[in-house]
Amino acid sequence: MTVESWIQVWYALPVLLRGLLVNLELLLGLLALGLVVGMAVALVEVYAPRPVAAAAVAYEWFFRGVPELVLLFLFYFGPDQFGVQISAFTAAVLALGFRSSAYQSQIFRGAIQAIPAGQMLAARSLGMGRLRAIWHVVLPQALRLSLAGWSNEFSSVLKDTTLAYGIGVVEVMRQARYLTARNFRLALPAFIAVAFLFLILTYLGNWTIGLVERRLRIPGLEVRR
Amino acid sequence: MGQLLVVEGVCKRYGAEEVLCGVSFSLEKGETKVIIGPSGTGKSTLLRCINRLTEPDRGRVWLEGMEVTAPHANINKIRSQIGFVFQDFNLFTHLTALDNVRLGLLKVKKMGRKEATERAQAELARVGLAGKADAYPAQLSGGQQQRVSIARALAMDPKLILFDEPTSALDPELIGEVLGVMVKLAHEGMTMLVVTHEMGFARSVADEIVFMERGVIVEQGPPEKLFRAPAHPRTAEFLRKISELYGEAA
Ligand SMILES: Nc1ncnc2c1ncn2[C@@H]1O[C@H](COP(=O)(O)OP(=O)(O)OP(=O)(O)O)[C@@H](O)[C@H]1O
Ligand SMILES: [Mg+2]
Repeated sequence: MTVESWIQVWYALPVLLRGLLVNLELLLGLLALGLVVGMAVALVEVYAPRPVAAAAVAYEWFFRGVPELVLLFLFYFGPDQFGVQISAFTAAVLALGFRSSAYQSQIFRGAIQAIPAGQMLAARSLGMGRLRAIWHVVLPQALRLSLAGWSNEFSSVLKDTTLAYGIGVVEVMRQARYLTARNFRLALPAFIAVAFLFLILTYLGNWTIGLVERRLRIPGLEVRR
Repeated sequence: MGQLLVVEGVCKRYGAEEVLCGVSFSLEKGETKVIIGPSGTGKSTLLRCINRLTEPDRGRVWLEGMEVTAPHANINKIRSQIGFVFQDFNLFTHLTALDNVRLGLLKVKKMGRKEATERAQAELARVGLAGKADAYPAQLSGGQQQRVSIARALAMDPKLILFDEPTSALDPELIGEVLGVMVKLAHEGMTMLVVTHEMGFARSVADEIVFMERGVIVEQGPPEKLFRAPAHPRTAEFLRKISELYGEAA
């Protein structure tokens, strides 16, 4: 590890950052997908009739049980078998997004079930239908309670975006590999640089979530730290 | 029928336990009726059967001649006309006092924002909490929370308010402020059905007292009669126990 190799990595930083941007795009895509689907799965598990709820539980079991790389490969190579072409990026968003939805659903389910039953009763006694009561009374409280668990999921999937490397998405790991393929002496500095970038992102992300948490804080609904 | 609320033969069973068996009574407009009875007798279940927060197994309920228990009744509309005050308040934790009172106006009655705000402020003032509009439930005392929950019920212009032990979760020194509001409402002509152990309130405000035990109405009548000369030995015994417990001469 010479000073020379550090300098080379420094000059390659824009390339690494371009790769990192792809990781961020993956992250946004998979978090959004995971949020929407995860919330739906949680609501179904808590409120839907038994058979429907059981289907949601099976969904969650599948996506929490299958290794991430296997999911990536299934989503990338699977559609091809049916003549559907799908980009590696899309496959990664879908595979990681559905997987995250399974984890996020458990965060939301726990939070929804932590809201006392009296809240729903009070809403219904005013004449609100079930959906309206969930939307205006249960969810605003449950989402606040979810933030702590959600920041955990965020840190976890942020790093998972590098797994998209496995199906050929040109993200930061792939860029680092290009660098080191030309010159193996760059391996250590290059991957230390990648590690460093993720440390910074994790910090910034959790800082932002903490900010949101403080902004949304309400007396009586604080997430205990 | 000239009655505001008619309850006829309501039955409810949980598993093998018959919690309510054939409860019937009625309420006139402007009347205050108090339900008393030992714990586990089905008083809460009865109140919840009236607006179908709990679905009765049998029996019927009418509000102003409209059947609440009809299969196709618009239950949300009916519930919006029946206030419900819970023992543990159940204020919406994430909303200020003002928003708690306003939510039903905005989302159920579809009132405009300005009008709803004015109405909510007026109801908070009515229960003596004009200054607490921006406080969250966690920042209010139990007595204040219960008064907000009464304001929340009042704002909907209910035809009737059901109270389920509204002061049982309160420290003794906070009970008075809630009972004060309820006494005022009774005098203003609000129709109220109140489950309570507050015999002083029952005696001074109730037009009629209903004594329930094990899912049936044992006896009902005006307070003077029930307190002075209960027809049923069980009623006498319960009143004696209550007065020992709460230190009020029955
Ligand atoms: N959801 C439920 N599932 C099963 N049993 C229930 C349910 N709700 C009430 N019960 C039972 O029904 C009976 C009557 O309960 P209820 O709460 O109506 O009594 P109560 O007269 O209001 O008593 P308290 O004075 O303690 O409030 C009790 O034995 C209770 O255990
Ligand atoms: Mg009760």
